[in-house]
Amino acid sequence: MVQFTLPKNSRIRTGKTWPRPQGTNVRKFQVYRWNPDDGQNPRVDTYFVDLDTCGPMVLDALIKIKTEIDPTLTFRRSCREGICGSCAMNIDGINTLACIFGLDEVKGDVRIYPLPHMPVIKDLIPDLTHFYAQHASIMPWLETRTNEPAKEWKQSIEDRAKLDGLYECVMCACCSTSCPSYWWNGDRYLGPAALLHAYRWIIDSRDEATGERLDNLEDPFKLYRCHTIMNCAKTCPKGLNPAKAIAEIKQLMVERLV
Amino acid sequence: MAYLTDRKRANGLGSSRTGTGHFWQMQVSSVALAVLIPLFVITFGRILGAPYPEVVAYFARPLPAIITGLTLVVGLVHFKNGARVMIEDYARGTTRKALIIAATCLSYACIATGLFALVRLAL
Repeated sequence: MVQFTLPKNSRIRTGKTWPRPQGTNVRKFQVYRWNPDDGQNPRVDTYFVDLDTCGPMVLDALIKIKTEIDPTLTFRRSCREGICGSCAMNIDGINTLACIFGLDEVKGDVRIYPLPHMPVIKDLIPDLTHFYAQHASIMPWLETRTNEPAKEWKQSIEDRAKLDGLYECVMCACCSTSCPSYWWNGDRYLGPAALLHAYRWIIDSRDEATGERLDNLEDPFKLYRCHTIMNCAKTCPKGLNPAKAIAEIKQLMVERLV
Repeated sequence: MAYLTDRKRANGLGSSRTGTGHFWQMQVSSVALAVLIPLFVITFGRILGAPYPEVVAYFARPLPAIITGLTLVVGLVHFKNGARVMIEDYARGTTRKALIIAATCLSYACIATGLFALVRLAL
């Protein structure tokens, strides 16, 4: 059966509380910490950040904590404008990008955890190896059989418009790690992100492997574990709707059956 | 421990090329039940609590008997397919297979029992 409780060595304990600075605009941060090298259970450390000397986003606060309070705090970040998808984490119970999630959007203490139900490498860094391999397995590239045209593969404006709402995905994994089906069957279920990308290539008018792509997805686990729970659409920091893309794939599957 | 590449792990055993039939069947039985359940509630509700001879006479009529029979069969086939999805979600390995067999047997046993009872009433 699936595991509904955390294993003993993953149970979270209370960690260190760092000193509170002077100031009137101080915010409390509770951050998940786990170090693979110390053999200890994960813990939640408490930090206090003076918001008068901090940027407006959660990532600004994390960078401030790492720079000024605790340099051992580990997290991924890069572009700081919602394009690279590196700083995906669970903030105040929502999977989102720390760089575009404002501190004013959080009521009370700011609770920061890694993306749920993924192996943790350290602190806020999840292991996304399997997630990326699943993405690679849907062949996220243009597949053609016809000889390559001298200039370019042409696409009408209408056909290009079909890719809107799909190509913007930055593979941050917020959607997949918010999906209960992906939690229980992530080893076989491709998850919302990979399926959204799969649909992006299925619907591409220039791609000539549509049938092959659908063949590869037709599986009770790879595709049909999606039960339209819609957590993916609710949590996507880019405002995309992977559940709709998955429903469109299912519709195409039925189209070629009935 | 196995030295598998990430890609091999993600590909697994590949696609089973099935699932759409099951999905379509669930859609069809859902639509059928959306019609059948209100009809069943109306027909069954009219005789609920009536004396035995009246119930027997009522189910000897074609419409209540056919609606009840169809609701029974379509409802339990829908249950069988739905239970399979739930089992696949939460159970693993041999338990998964055993539970799917059990749910399927239970569904068909309920269909057979219900139809037998209905025929006894109707004839």
